[in-house]
Amino acid sequence: MADLSPLWLTIQLAGTTTFFLLLLGTPLAWWLANTRSKARPVIEALTALPIVLPPTVIGFYFLILLSPTSTIGRFWVDITGETLTFSFTGLVIASMFYSLPFMVQPLQTAFQTVGRAPMEAAASLRASPLNAFFTVAVPMAKRGFLTAAVLSFTHTIGEFGVVLMVGGNIPGETKVISIAIYEHVETLRYAEAHQLAGGLMIFSFIVLMAVYALNRRAAVHVG
Amino acid sequence: MSVKSLKLRARLPFADHTIEFNETISLSGITALFGPSGSGKSTLLRIIAGFENRGNLRLTYNDEIWSDTNAGIFCAPHKRPVGTVFQDDRLFSHLNVAGNLAFAEKRSPMVKNPITVDHVVKSLDLLTLLNKCPSTLSGGEKQRVALGRTLLTQPELLLLDEPLSALDIRRKAELLPFLEKIPREFGVPAIFVSHAIDEVARLADEVILLSPDGYVSTRGPIPEIFDTQEMHDFTGKFEAGSFLQATVTAQDTTFQITSLDFEGEVLRMPMVASLNIGDRIRLRIRARDVAVGTSRPEDISIRNAIAATISEIKTENRTAFAEIVFAVGSQSLRARITRQAVAELGLEVGQEAFALIKSVSFDRRVMISALG
Repeated sequence: MADLSPLWLTIQLAGTTTFFLLLLGTPLAWWLANTRSKARPVIEALTALPIVLPPTVIGFYFLILLSPTSTIGRFWVDITGETLTFSFTGLVIASMFYSLPFMVQPLQTAFQTVGRAPMEAAASLRASPLNAFFTVAVPMAKRGFLTAAVLSFTHTIGEFGVVLMVGGNIPGETKVISIAIYEHVETLRYAEAHQLAGGLMIFSFIVLMAVYALNRRAAVHVG
Repeated sequence: MSVKSLKLRARLPFADHTIEFNETISLSGITALFGPSGSGKSTLLRIIAGFENRGNLRLTYNDEIWSDTNAGIFCAPHKRPVGTVFQDDRLFSHLNVAGNLAFAEKRSPMVKNPITVDHVVKSLDLLTLLNKCPSTLSGGEKQRVALGRTLLTQPELLLLDEPLSALDIRRKAELLPFLEKIPREFGVPAIFVSHAIDEVARLADEVILLSPDGYVSTRGPIPEIFDTQEMHDFTGKFEAGSFLQATVTAQDTTFQITSLDFEGEVLRMPMVASLNIGDRIRLRIRARDVAVGTSRPEDISIRNAIAATISEIKTENRTAFAEIVFAVGSQSLRARITRQAVAELGLEVGQEAFALIKSVSFDRRVMISALG
Protein backbone atom coordinates (compact mmCIF):
# COMPACT_ATOMS: atom_id res chain seq x y z
CA MET A 1 0.00 0.00 0.00
CA ALA A 2 1.32 3.40 -0.98
CA ASP A 3 1.91 6.12 1.56
CA LEU A 4 -1.28 8.21 1.46
CA SER A 5 0.17 11.36 3.06
CA PRO A 6 0.79 13.00 -0.36
CA LEU A 7 -2.96 12.63 -1.03
CA TRP A 8 -3.94 14.46 2.18
CA LEU A 9 -1.34 17.13 1.55
CA THR A 10 -2.67 17.64 -1.98
CA ILE A 11 -6.25 18.04 -0.76
CA GLN A 12 -5.03 20.47 1.92
CA LEU A 13 -3.13 22.51 -0.66
CA ALA A 14 -6.02 22.55 -3.13
CA GLY A 15 -8.50 23.45 -0.39
CA THR A 16 -6.39 26.27 1.05
CA THR A 17 -5.62 27.63 -2.41
CA THR A 18 -9.28 27.56 -3.44
CA PHE A 19 -10.35 29.28 -0.23
CA PHE A 20 -7.91 32.17 -0.59
CA LEU A 21 -8.57 32.39 -4.33
CA LEU A 22 -12.28 32.84 -3.61
CA LEU A 23 -11.46 35.77 -1.34
CA LEU A 24 -9.11 37.34 -3.87
CA GLY A 25 -10.79 36.28 -7.12
CA THR A 26 -14.34 37.38 -6.28
CA PRO A 27 -13.63 41.12 -5.97
CA LEU A 28 -11.22 40.93 -8.91
CA ALA A 29 -13.81 39.18 -11.12
CA TRP A 30 -16.49 41.67 -10.03
CA TRP A 31 -14.22 44.56 -10.91
CA LEU A 32 -13.37 43.04 -14.30
CA ALA A 33 -17.05 42.40 -15.03
CA ASN A 34 -18.13 45.96 -14.21
CA THR A 35 -15.26 48.36 -14.81
CA ARG A 36 -14.93 50.69 -17.76
CA SER A 37 -11.31 51.35 -16.81
CA LYS A 38 -8.62 51.32 -19.46
CA ALA A 39 -6.56 49.08 -17.18
CA ARG A 40 -9.02 46.22 -17.67
CA PRO A 41 -7.32 44.50 -20.66
CA VAL A 42 -4.00 44.71 -18.85
CA ILE A 43 -5.40 43.01 -15.75
CA GLU A 44 -7.31 40.48 -17.85
CA ALA A 45 -4.12 39.54 -19.72
CA LEU A 46 -2.18 39.19 -16.47
CA THR A 47 -4.93 36.99 -15.06
CA ALA A 48 -4.93 34.74 -18.13
CA LEU A 49 -1.13 34.41 -18.24
CA PRO A 50 -0.96 31.14 -16.23
CA ILE A 51 -3.07 29.42 -18.92
CA VAL A 52 -0.46 29.93 -21.62
CA LEU A 53 2.79 29.83 -19.63
CA PRO A 54 4.53 26.50 -18.98
CA PRO A 55 4.26 25.79 -15.24
CA THR A 56 8.04 25.69 -15.05
CA VAL A 57 8.17 29.36 -16.07
CA ILE A 58 5.73 30.28 -13.31
CA GLY A 59 7.63 28.07 -10.88
CA PHE A 60 10.96 29.58 -11.88
CA TYR A 61 9.85 33.17 -11.28
CA PHE A 62 8.12 32.28 -8.01
CA LEU A 63 11.29 30.52 -6.89
CA ILE A 64 13.18 33.80 -7.46
CA LEU A 65 10.38 35.97 -6.03
CA LEU A 66 9.95 33.94 -2.84
CA SER A 67 13.58 33.06 -2.17
CA PRO A 68 15.15 34.49 1.03
CA THR A 69 17.38 36.73 -1.10
CA SER A 70 14.35 38.62 -2.53
CA THR A 71 12.53 41.40 -0.66
CA ILE A 72 9.37 39.36 -0.13
CA GLY A 73 11.26 36.22 0.84
CA ARG A 74 13.50 38.06 3.31
CA PHE A 75 10.52 39.87 4.85
CA TRP A 76 8.82 36.50 5.41
CA VAL A 77 11.94 35.04 7.01
CA ASP A 78 12.19 38.12 9.26
CA ILE A 79 8.66 37.81 10.63
CA THR A 80 8.20 34.01 10.71
CA GLY A 81 11.68 32.58 10.78
CA GLU A 82 10.77 30.24 7.91
CA THR A 83 11.51 30.43 4.22
CA LEU A 84 8.73 30.69 1.65
CA THR A 85 10.49 28.48 -0.85
CA PHE A 86 10.25 24.75 -0.16
CA SER A 87 7.37 25.37 2.26
CA PHE A 88 3.63 24.77 2.24
CA THR A 89 2.90 28.53 2.45
CA GLY A 90 5.10 29.19 -0.59
CA LEU A 91 3.24 26.46 -2.47
CA VAL A 92 -0.14 28.06 -1.65
CA ILE A 93 1.06 31.44 -2.97
CA ALA A 94 2.41 29.97 -6.21
CA SER A 95 -0.68 27.75 -6.65
CA MET A 96 -2.95 30.74 -6.25
CA PHE A 97 -1.33 32.43 -9.22
CA TYR A 98 -1.24 29.16 -11.16
CA SER A 99 -5.01 28.60 -10.68
CA LEU A 100 -6.07 32.27 -10.77
CA PRO A 101 -7.67 32.17 -14.26
CA PHE A 102 -9.72 29.12 -13.31
CA MET A 103 -11.26 31.12 -10.46
CA VAL A 104 -11.56 34.53 -12.11
CA GLN A 105 -12.81 33.66 -15.58
CA PRO A 106 -15.93 31.64 -14.61
CA LEU A 107 -16.78 34.23 -11.96
CA GLN A 108 -16.33 37.12 -14.38
CA THR A 109 -18.59 35.40 -16.92
CA ALA A 110 -21.18 34.70 -14.21
CA PHE A 111 -21.15 38.31 -12.99
CA GLN A 112 -21.42 39.59 -16.55
CA THR A 113 -24.43 37.33 -17.07
CA VAL A 114 -26.07 38.72 -13.94
CA GLY A 115 -25.48 42.17 -15.39
CA ARG A 116 -26.39 45.60 -14.09
CA ALA A 117 -30.16 45.19 -14.28
CA PRO A 118 -30.73 43.16 -11.07
CA MET A 119 -28.27 45.39 -9.22
CA GLU A 120 -30.28 48.47 -10.22
CA ALA A 121 -33.46 46.71 -9.15
CA ALA A 122 -31.83 45.92 -5.79
CA ALA A 123 -30.75 49.56 -5.37
CA SER A 124 -34.28 50.64 -6.20
CA LEU A 125 -35.42 48.32 -3.38
CA ARG A 126 -33.02 50.17 -1.08
CA ALA A 127 -30.26 47.60 -0.88
CA SER A 128 -26.79 49.14 -0.55
CA PRO A 129 -24.26 48.06 -3.21
CA LEU A 130 -22.51 45.64 -0.80
CA ASN A 131 -25.81 44.23 0.42
CA ALA A 132 -27.03 43.86 -3.17
CA PHE A 133 -23.81 42.04 -4.03
CA PHE A 134 -24.29 39.42 -1.32
CA THR A 135 -28.07 39.05 -1.57
CA VAL A 136 -28.55 39.34 -5.35
CA ALA A 137 -25.34 39.00 -7.35
CA VAL A 138 -23.83 36.08 -5.39
CA PRO A 139 -26.98 33.91 -5.33
CA MET A 140 -27.64 34.63 -9.00
CA ALA A 141 -24.02 33.71 -9.82
CA LYS A 142 -23.97 30.60 -7.66
CA ARG A 143 -23.31 28.27 -10.58
CA GLY A 144 -20.35 30.43 -11.52
CA PHE A 145 -19.03 30.10 -7.96
CA LEU A 146 -19.45 26.33 -8.04
CA THR A 147 -17.67 26.01 -11.37
CA ALA A 148 -14.88 28.38 -10.34
CA ALA A 149 -14.25 26.63 -7.02
CA VAL A 150 -14.24 23.14 -8.51
CA LEU A 151 -12.00 24.11 -11.42
CA SER A 152 -9.53 25.87 -9.11
CA PHE A 153 -9.51 22.91 -6.73
CA THR A 154 -8.99 20.24 -9.39
CA HIS A 155 -6.52 22.36 -11.34
CA THR A 156 -4.42 22.79 -8.19
CA ILE A 157 -4.52 19.05 -7.56
CA GLY A 158 -3.07 18.45 -11.02
CA GLU A 159 -0.17 20.87 -10.76
CA PHE A 160 3.34 19.52 -11.03
CA GLY A 161 5.81 21.91 -12.58
CA VAL A 162 5.18 24.80 -10.22
CA VAL A 163 5.39 22.56 -7.16
CA LEU A 164 8.57 20.95 -8.33
CA MET A 165 10.25 24.32 -8.84
CA VAL A 166 8.96 26.14 -5.74
CA GLY A 167 8.32 23.30 -3.30
CA GLY A 168 10.69 20.51 -4.11
CA ASN A 169 9.91 17.12 -2.59
CA ILE A 170 9.63 17.38 1.21
CA PRO A 171 7.35 14.71 2.71
CA GLY A 172 4.41 16.22 4.63
CA GLU A 173 5.35 19.75 3.54
CA THR A 174 5.55 19.92 -0.25
CA LYS A 175 5.41 16.35 -1.48
CA VAL A 176 2.01 16.42 -3.20
CA ILE A 177 0.45 13.59 -5.13
CA SER A 178 1.83 14.46 -8.57
CA ILE A 179 5.37 14.65 -7.17
CA ALA A 180 4.89 11.35 -5.33
CA ILE A 181 3.68 9.66 -8.52
CA TYR A 182 6.69 11.02 -10.41
CA GLU A 183 9.02 9.71 -7.72
CA HIS A 184 7.38 6.26 -7.74
CA VAL A 185 7.75 6.04 -11.51
CA GLU A 186 11.38 7.22 -11.40
CA THR A 187 12.17 4.51 -8.84
CA LEU A 188 10.19 1.94 -10.88
CA ARG A 189 7.62 1.35 -8.11
CA TYR A 190 4.72 1.09 -10.58
CA ALA A 191 2.25 -0.50 -8.16
CA GLU A 192 2.37 2.52 -5.83
CA ALA A 193 2.30 4.87 -8.83
CA HIS A 194 -0.85 3.09 -10.07
CA GLN A 195 -2.58 3.40 -6.74
CA LEU A 196 -2.02 7.17 -6.56
CA ALA A 197 -2.50 7.90 -10.27
CA GLY A 198 -5.60 5.74 -10.61
CA GLY A 199 -7.04 7.15 -7.39
CA LEU A 200 -6.47 10.71 -8.61
CA MET A 201 -8.10 9.96 -11.95
CA ILE A 202 -11.20 8.44 -10.34
CA PHE A 203 -11.44 11.28 -7.81
CA SER A 204 -11.21 13.96 -10.50
CA PHE A 205 -13.75 12.18 -12.67
CA ILE A 206 -16.26 11.88 -9.83
CA VAL A 207 -15.87 15.53 -8.84
CA LEU A 208 -16.33 16.80 -12.39
CA MET A 209 -19.31 14.53 -12.97
CA ALA A 210 -20.93 15.77 -9.77
CA VAL A 211 -20.45 19.38 -10.90
CA TYR A 212 -21.97 18.78 -14.32
CA ALA A 213 -24.89 16.89 -12.77
CA LEU A 214 -25.47 19.67 -10.22
CA ASN A 215 -25.26 22.32 -12.90
CA ARG A 216 -27.85 20.54 -14.97
CA ARG A 217 -30.23 20.21 -12.07
CA ALA A 218 -29.72 23.88 -11.17
CA ALA A 219 -30.51 24.81 -14.77
CA VAL A 220 -33.92 23.20 -14.49
CA HIS A 221 -34.67 25.15 -11.31
CA VAL A 222 -33.29 28.50 -12.36
CA GLY A 223 -34.75 28.26 -15.83
CA MET B 1 -49.86 65.50 2.88
CA SER B 2 -48.43 68.47 1.08
CA VAL B 3 -47.47 68.06 -2.54
CA LYS B 4 -43.75 67.62 -3.04
CA SER B 5 -41.91 68.75 -6.08
CA LEU B 6 -39.04 67.51 -8.14
CA LYS B 7 -36.87 69.98 -9.97
CA LEU B 8 -34.58 68.72 -12.70
CA ARG B 9 -32.18 70.65 -14.86
CA ALA B 10 -30.24 68.44 -17.22
CA ARG B 11 -27.95 68.91 -20.19
CA LEU B 12 -26.81 65.59 -21.52
CA PRO B 13 -24.89 65.20 -24.76
CA PHE B 14 -25.77 62.15 -26.85
CA ALA B 15 -24.21 60.94 -30.11
CA ASP B 16 -26.44 63.01 -32.41
CA HIS B 17 -28.22 65.48 -30.15
CA THR B 18 -28.28 66.95 -26.67
CA ILE B 19 -31.02 66.40 -24.13
CA GLU B 20 -32.12 69.67 -22.58
CA PHE B 21 -34.55 69.52 -19.69
CA ASN B 22 -35.42 72.18 -17.17
CA GLU B 23 -38.73 71.50 -15.46
CA THR B 24 -40.35 71.36 -12.08
CA ILE B 25 -42.71 68.45 -11.62
CA SER B 26 -45.22 68.76 -8.81
CA LEU B 27 -45.78 65.26 -7.53
CA SER B 28 -49.44 64.36 -7.43
CA GLY B 29 -51.23 61.70 -9.42
CA ILE B 30 -49.41 60.48 -12.52
CA THR B 31 -47.16 62.69 -14.60
CA ALA B 32 -46.28 61.26 -18.01
CA LEU B 33 -43.00 61.84 -19.79
CA PHE B 34 -44.20 61.24 -23.31
CA GLY B 35 -42.16 61.24 -26.48
CA PRO B 36 -40.63 59.17 -29.26
CA SER B 37 -37.68 56.88 -28.67
CA GLY B 38 -34.47 58.86 -28.57
CA SER B 39 -36.13 61.81 -26.85
CA GLY B 40 -34.37 60.80 -23.65
CA LYS B 41 -37.43 60.13 -21.51
CA SER B 42 -36.07 56.90 -20.04
CA THR B 43 -32.72 58.58 -19.41
CA LEU B 44 -34.47 61.34 -17.47
CA LEU B 45 -36.18 58.71 -15.34
CA ARG B 46 -32.84 56.97 -14.72
CA ILE B 47 -31.39 60.30 -13.62
CA ILE B 48 -34.22 60.74 -11.12
CA ALA B 49 -33.63 57.17 -9.84
CA GLY B 50 -29.89 57.85 -9.59
CA PHE B 51 -28.77 55.27 -12.16
CA GLU B 52 -27.31 57.94 -14.44
CA ASN B 53 -25.15 60.77 -13.28
CA ARG B 54 -23.35 62.39 -16.17
CA GLY B 55 -23.49 65.52 -18.27
CA ASN B 56 -24.59 68.64 -16.48
CA LEU B 57 -27.24 67.88 -13.90
CA ARG B 58 -28.99 69.39 -10.96
CA LEU B 59 -31.82 67.43 -9.38
CA THR B 60 -33.60 68.52 -6.23
CA TYR B 61 -36.47 66.94 -4.33
CA ASN B 62 -38.14 69.63 -2.26
CA ASP B 63 -35.06 71.04 -0.51
CA GLU B 64 -32.84 67.97 -0.83
CA ILE B 65 -30.20 67.95 -3.53
CA TRP B 66 -30.01 64.49 -5.12
CA SER B 67 -27.58 65.30 -7.91
CA ASP B 68 -25.48 68.31 -8.65
CA THR B 69 -22.67 67.59 -11.05
CA ASN B 70 -21.16 71.06 -10.61
CA ALA B 71 -21.03 70.85 -6.84
CA GLY B 72 -20.09 67.16 -6.91
CA ILE B 73 -23.14 66.15 -4.86
CA PHE B 74 -24.68 62.76 -5.51
CA CYS B 75 -27.20 60.83 -3.43
CA ALA B 76 -26.87 57.08 -4.05
CA PRO B 77 -29.88 55.36 -5.67
CA HIS B 78 -30.64 53.18 -2.64
CA LYS B 79 -30.87 56.28 -0.42
CA ARG B 80 -33.50 58.00 -2.55
CA PRO B 81 -37.13 57.43 -1.49
CA VAL B 82 -38.14 56.46 -5.02
CA GLY B 83 -39.09 53.07 -6.41
CA THR B 84 -38.61 52.12 -10.04
CA VAL B 85 -40.72 49.64 -11.98
CA PHE B 86 -38.67 48.72 -15.02
CA GLN B 87 -39.71 47.85 -18.54
CA ASP B 88 -38.40 44.32 -17.97
CA ASP B 89 -39.72 43.12 -14.62
CA ARG B 90 -36.28 42.47 -13.06
CA LEU B 91 -37.67 40.08 -10.48
CA PHE B 92 -34.99 38.14 -8.63
CA SER B 93 -34.96 34.67 -10.16
CA HIS B 94 -33.36 33.08 -7.08
CA LEU B 95 -36.36 34.06 -4.92
CA ASN B 96 -40.02 33.17 -5.28
CA VAL B 97 -42.72 35.84 -5.40
CA ALA B 98 -43.06 36.04 -1.61
CA GLY B 99 -39.26 36.27 -1.36
CA ASN B 100 -39.19 39.12 -3.84
CA LEU B 101 -41.79 41.00 -1.80
CA ALA B 102 -39.93 40.27 1.44
CA PHE B 103 -36.68 41.56 -0.07
CA ALA B 104 -38.29 44.98 -0.43
CA GLU B 105 -40.19 44.90 2.86
CA LYS B 106 -37.10 44.01 4.92
CA ARG B 107 -35.19 47.01 3.61
CA SER B 108 -37.98 49.58 3.78
CA PRO B 109 -37.62 52.54 6.13
CA MET B 110 -39.88 53.12 9.13
CA VAL B 111 -42.82 55.29 8.09
CA LYS B 112 -46.15 56.24 9.53
CA ASN B 113 -48.98 54.11 8.09
CA PRO B 114 -46.73 51.87 6.03
CA ILE B 115 -47.94 50.03 2.96
CA THR B 116 -48.38 46.44 4.16
CA VAL B 117 -47.73 43.14 2.41
CA ASP B 118 -51.37 42.19 3.00
CA HIS B 119 -52.61 45.34 1.33
CA VAL B 120 -50.30 44.93 -1.66
CA VAL B 121 -51.13 41.23 -2.07
CA LYS B 122 -54.85 41.96 -1.95
CA SER B 123 -54.81 45.04 -4.13
CA LEU B 124 -52.59 43.55 -6.84
CA ASP B 125 -54.20 40.10 -6.63
CA LEU B 126 -50.96 38.29 -5.81
CA LEU B 127 -52.23 35.67 -3.34
CA THR B 128 -52.14 32.75 -5.77
CA LEU B 129 -48.69 33.73 -7.02
CA LEU B 130 -46.82 33.94 -3.69
CA ASN B 131 -45.19 30.51 -3.82
CA LYS B 132 -44.37 30.61 -7.51
CA CYS B 133 -41.03 31.18 -9.18
CA PRO B 134 -40.82 34.36 -11.27
CA SER B 135 -39.90 32.32 -14.36
CA THR B 136 -43.30 30.59 -14.31
CA LEU B 137 -45.32 33.84 -14.34
CA SER B 138 -46.86 35.61 -17.33
CA GLY B 139 -45.56 39.04 -18.33
CA GLY B 140 -48.49 40.80 -16.71
CA GLU B 141 -48.15 38.81 -13.48
CA LYS B 142 -44.44 39.60 -13.31
CA GLN B 143 -45.14 43.32 -13.63
CA ARG B 144 -47.79 43.12 -10.90
CA VAL B 145 -45.24 41.50 -8.59
CA ALA B 146 -42.65 44.11 -9.57
CA LEU B 147 -45.15 46.86 -8.82
CA GLY B 148 -46.04 45.33 -5.46
CA ARG B 149 -42.40 44.82 -4.56
CA THR B 150 -41.67 48.47 -5.34
CA LEU B 151 -44.63 49.69 -3.26
CA LEU B 152 -43.29 47.77 -0.26
CA THR B 153 -40.17 49.96 -0.20
CA GLN B 154 -42.57 52.70 1.02
CA PRO B 155 -41.61 55.00 -1.88
CA GLU B 156 -42.52 58.68 -1.87
CA LEU B 157 -42.41 58.57 -5.65
CA LEU B 158 -42.94 55.77 -8.17
CA LEU B 159 -40.97 55.78 -11.41
CA LEU B 160 -42.67 53.70 -14.09
CA ASP B 161 -40.34 53.08 -17.02
CA GLU B 162 -42.60 51.83 -19.83
CA PRO B 163 -43.95 49.04 -17.61
CA LEU B 164 -46.45 48.00 -20.29
CA SER B 165 -44.30 48.03 -23.38
CA ALA B 166 -43.03 44.47 -23.08
CA LEU B 167 -46.57 43.09 -22.83
CA ASP B 168 -49.00 41.97 -25.53
CA ILE B 169 -52.36 43.74 -25.86
CA ARG B 170 -54.23 41.32 -23.61
CA ARG B 171 -51.67 41.45 -20.79
CA LYS B 172 -51.52 45.20 -21.14
CA ALA B 173 -55.28 45.43 -20.70
CA GLU B 174 -54.97 43.26 -17.57
CA LEU B 175 -52.27 45.42 -16.01
CA LEU B 176 -53.68 48.86 -16.86
CA PRO B 177 -56.40 48.91 -14.18
CA PHE B 178 -53.76 48.11 -11.53
CA LEU B 179 -51.43 50.89 -12.69
CA GLU B 180 -54.38 53.23 -12.81
CA LYS B 181 -55.53 52.78 -9.23
CA ILE B 182 -52.13 52.59 -7.51
CA PRO B 183 -51.36 56.30 -7.02
CA ARG B 184 -54.73 56.99 -5.44
CA GLU B 185 -55.06 53.79 -3.45
CA PHE B 186 -51.58 53.95 -1.94
CA GLY B 187 -51.16 57.71 -1.99
CA VAL B 188 -47.94 57.53 -4.01
CA PRO B 189 -47.43 59.88 -6.96
CA ALA B 190 -45.82 58.50 -10.09
CA ILE B 191 -43.79 59.60 -13.07
CA PHE B 192 -44.66 57.44 -16.04
CA VAL B 193 -42.57 57.11 -19.17
CA SER B 194 -44.27 55.98 -22.34
CA HIS B 195 -44.37 56.35 -26.09
CA ALA B 196 -47.91 54.95 -26.39
CA ILE B 197 -50.60 57.62 -26.52
CA ASP B 198 -53.41 55.32 -25.36
CA GLU B 199 -51.50 54.49 -22.16
CA VAL B 200 -50.72 58.14 -21.50
CA ALA B 201 -54.31 59.21 -22.17
CA ARG B 202 -55.63 56.60 -19.80
CA LEU B 203 -53.15 56.93 -16.94
CA ALA B 204 -51.72 60.41 -16.80
CA ASP B 205 -53.00 63.55 -15.15
CA GLU B 206 -50.30 65.74 -16.63
CA VAL B 207 -48.16 65.23 -19.72
CA ILE B 208 -44.70 66.54 -20.50
CA LEU B 209 -44.16 66.08 -24.23
CA LEU B 210 -40.56 65.59 -25.31
CA SER B 211 -39.44 66.27 -28.85
CA PRO B 212 -37.31 63.81 -30.84
CA ASP B 213 -34.37 66.23 -30.43
CA GLY B 214 -34.47 65.94 -26.67
CA TYR B 215 -36.14 69.12 -25.45
CA VAL B 216 -39.54 69.72 -23.87
CA SER B 217 -41.97 70.70 -26.59
CA THR B 218 -44.99 71.35 -24.41
CA ARG B 219 -46.64 70.31 -21.16
CA GLY B 220 -50.08 70.48 -19.65
CA PRO B 221 -52.94 68.57 -18.08
CA ILE B 222 -55.05 65.94 -19.84
CA PRO B 223 -57.27 66.38 -21.82
CA GLU B 224 -56.32 69.96 -22.73
CA ILE B 225 -52.84 69.00 -23.96
CA PHE B 226 -54.37 66.80 -26.65
CA ASP B 227 -55.75 69.92 -28.30
CA THR B 228 -52.35 71.56 -28.65
CA GLN B 229 -50.62 71.85 -31.99
CA GLU B 230 -47.46 70.23 -30.57
CA MET B 231 -49.41 67.13 -29.59
CA HIS B 232 -51.10 66.94 -33.00
CA ASP B 233 -47.72 67.30 -34.68
CA PHE B 234 -46.39 64.43 -32.65
CA THR B 235 -49.27 61.99 -32.68
CA GLY B 236 -50.35 62.76 -36.23
CA LYS B 237 -53.90 62.93 -37.49
CA PHE B 238 -54.26 59.16 -37.31
CA GLU B 239 -54.37 59.20 -33.51
CA ALA B 240 -56.31 62.48 -33.28
CA GLY B 241 -59.49 62.22 -31.32
CA SER B 242 -61.82 63.70 -28.75
CA PHE B 243 -62.20 63.37 -25.04
CA LEU B 244 -65.83 63.29 -23.98
CA GLN B 245 -67.50 63.21 -20.61
CA ALA B 246 -70.47 60.96 -20.04
CA THR B 247 -72.48 59.42 -17.19
CA VAL B 248 -73.01 55.72 -16.65
CA THR B 249 -76.74 54.90 -16.88
CA ALA B 250 -76.92 51.10 -17.09
CA GLN B 251 -74.84 47.91 -16.98
CA ASP B 252 -76.21 45.13 -19.20
CA THR B 253 -74.64 41.85 -18.10
CA THR B 254 -76.44 39.80 -20.79
CA PHE B 255 -74.74 41.58 -23.70
CA GLN B 256 -71.81 42.88 -21.61
CA ILE B 257 -72.61 46.49 -22.50
CA THR B 258 -72.29 49.66 -20.45
CA SER B 259 -74.77 52.38 -21.43
CA LEU B 260 -73.90 56.02 -21.04
CA ASP B 261 -75.67 59.32 -21.18
CA PHE B 262 -73.75 61.74 -23.37
CA GLU B 263 -75.39 65.15 -23.68
CA GLY B 264 -78.85 63.52 -23.76
CA GLU B 265 -77.81 60.88 -26.31
CA VAL B 266 -77.20 57.20 -25.52
CA LEU B 267 -73.74 55.75 -26.04
CA ARG B 268 -72.91 52.09 -25.58
CA MET B 269 -69.54 50.52 -25.05
CA PRO B 270 -68.14 47.11 -24.07
CA MET B 271 -68.89 46.67 -20.38
CA VAL B 272 -66.40 48.03 -17.87
CA ALA B 273 -67.43 46.03 -14.82
CA SER B 274 -65.77 48.32 -12.30
CA LEU B 275 -68.07 51.24 -13.13
CA ASN B 276 -71.14 52.11 -11.09
CA ILE B 277 -74.35 53.70 -12.30
CA GLY B 278 -74.08 57.45 -11.93
CA ASP B 279 -70.27 57.49 -12.38
CA ARG B 280 -69.01 60.40 -14.41
CA ILE B 281 -66.38 59.09 -16.82
CA ARG B 282 -64.11 60.31 -19.57
CA LEU B 283 -64.17 58.64 -22.96
CA ARG B 284 -61.68 58.83 -25.74
CA ILE B 285 -62.99 58.53 -29.26
CA ARG B 286 -60.52 58.54 -32.12
CA ALA B 287 -61.54 60.67 -35.08
CA ARG B 288 -60.84 57.78 -37.44
CA ASP B 289 -63.41 55.66 -35.57
CA VAL B 290 -66.22 58.12 -36.33
CA ALA B 291 -68.18 58.02 -39.59
CA VAL B 292 -70.76 60.57 -40.78
CA GLY B 293 -74.30 60.05 -42.11
CA THR B 294 -76.92 62.53 -43.24
CA SER B 295 -79.80 60.38 -41.97
CA ARG B 296 -80.04 58.04 -39.02
CA PRO B 297 -79.02 54.64 -40.32
CA GLU B 298 -81.15 51.69 -39.20
CA ASP B 299 -79.69 48.53 -40.73
CA ILE B 300 -76.11 48.83 -39.63
CA SER B 301 -74.06 47.19 -36.89
CA ILE B 302 -72.83 50.47 -35.42
CA ARG B 303 -74.94 51.09 -32.32
CA ASN B 304 -73.78 54.57 -31.52
CA ALA B 305 -75.37 57.18 -33.77
CA ILE B 306 -75.55 60.70 -32.38
CA ALA B 307 -77.46 63.58 -33.90
CA ALA B 308 -75.32 66.69 -33.87
CA THR B 309 -74.55 69.93 -35.63
CA ILE B 310 -71.44 70.27 -37.77
CA SER B 311 -69.53 73.19 -36.28
CA GLU B 312 -66.39 73.03 -38.39
CA ILE B 313 -64.98 71.27 -41.46
CA LYS B 314 -61.18 71.22 -41.75
CA THR B 315 -59.94 69.87 -45.05
CA GLU B 316 -56.40 68.64 -45.40
CA ASN B 317 -55.56 69.65 -48.93
CA ARG B 318 -52.59 67.42 -49.49
CA THR B 319 -54.30 64.28 -48.22
CA ALA B 320 -57.55 62.48 -48.94
CA PHE B 321 -58.95 63.46 -45.56
CA ALA B 322 -61.04 66.05 -43.82
CA GLU B 323 -61.91 66.53 -40.15
CA ILE B 324 -65.52 67.19 -39.22
CA VAL B 325 -66.13 68.75 -35.81
CA PHE B 326 -69.58 68.15 -34.32
CA ALA B 327 -70.98 70.26 -31.52
CA VAL B 328 -72.82 68.01 -29.06
CA GLY B 329 -74.17 70.07 -26.21
CA SER B 330 -71.12 71.82 -24.81
CA GLN B 331 -68.71 69.15 -26.04
CA SER B 332 -67.20 68.51 -29.42
CA LEU B 333 -66.68 65.27 -31.30
CA ARG B 334 -64.31 64.87 -34.23
CA ALA B 335 -64.69 62.63 -37.27
CA ARG B 336 -62.02 61.93 -39.84
CA ILE B 337 -63.51 61.07 -43.23
CA THR B 338 -62.40 61.48 -46.84
CA ARG B 339 -62.77 64.81 -48.62
CA GLN B 340 -64.62 62.93 -51.30
CA ALA B 341 -67.25 61.87 -48.75
CA VAL B 342 -67.61 65.50 -47.61
CA ALA B 343 -68.24 66.57 -51.20
CA GLU B 344 -70.58 63.76 -52.18
CA LEU B 345 -72.70 64.05 -49.01
CA GLY B 346 -72.68 67.82 -49.39
CA LEU B 347 -71.66 68.39 -45.78
CA GLU B 348 -71.64 72.00 -44.63
CA VAL B 349 -71.06 73.88 -41.41
CA GLY B 350 -74.31 74.34 -39.47
CA GLN B 351 -75.88 71.23 -40.95
CA GLU B 352 -77.54 68.57 -38.77
CA ALA B 353 -75.94 65.19 -39.32
CA PHE B 354 -75.25 61.92 -37.54
CA ALA B 355 -71.94 60.91 -36.03
CA LEU B 356 -71.58 57.12 -36.25
CA ILE B 357 -69.13 55.97 -33.62
CA LYS B 358 -67.49 52.63 -34.34
CA SER B 359 -65.60 52.30 -31.12
CA VAL B 360 -65.83 53.96 -27.74
CA SER B 361 -63.02 53.41 -25.31
CA PHE B 362 -63.31 54.04 -21.64
CA ASP B 363 -60.55 56.38 -20.57
CA ARG B 364 -60.97 56.96 -16.86
CA ARG B 365 -63.29 58.07 -14.11
CA VAL B 366 -63.51 61.81 -13.82
CA MET B 367 -62.39 63.04 -10.45
CA ILE B 368 -64.96 65.19 -8.71
CA SER B 369 -62.45 68.00 -8.34
CA ALA B 370 -61.79 68.00 -12.06
CA LEU B 371 -65.42 68.79 -12.67
CA GLY B 372 -65.10 72.04 -10.78
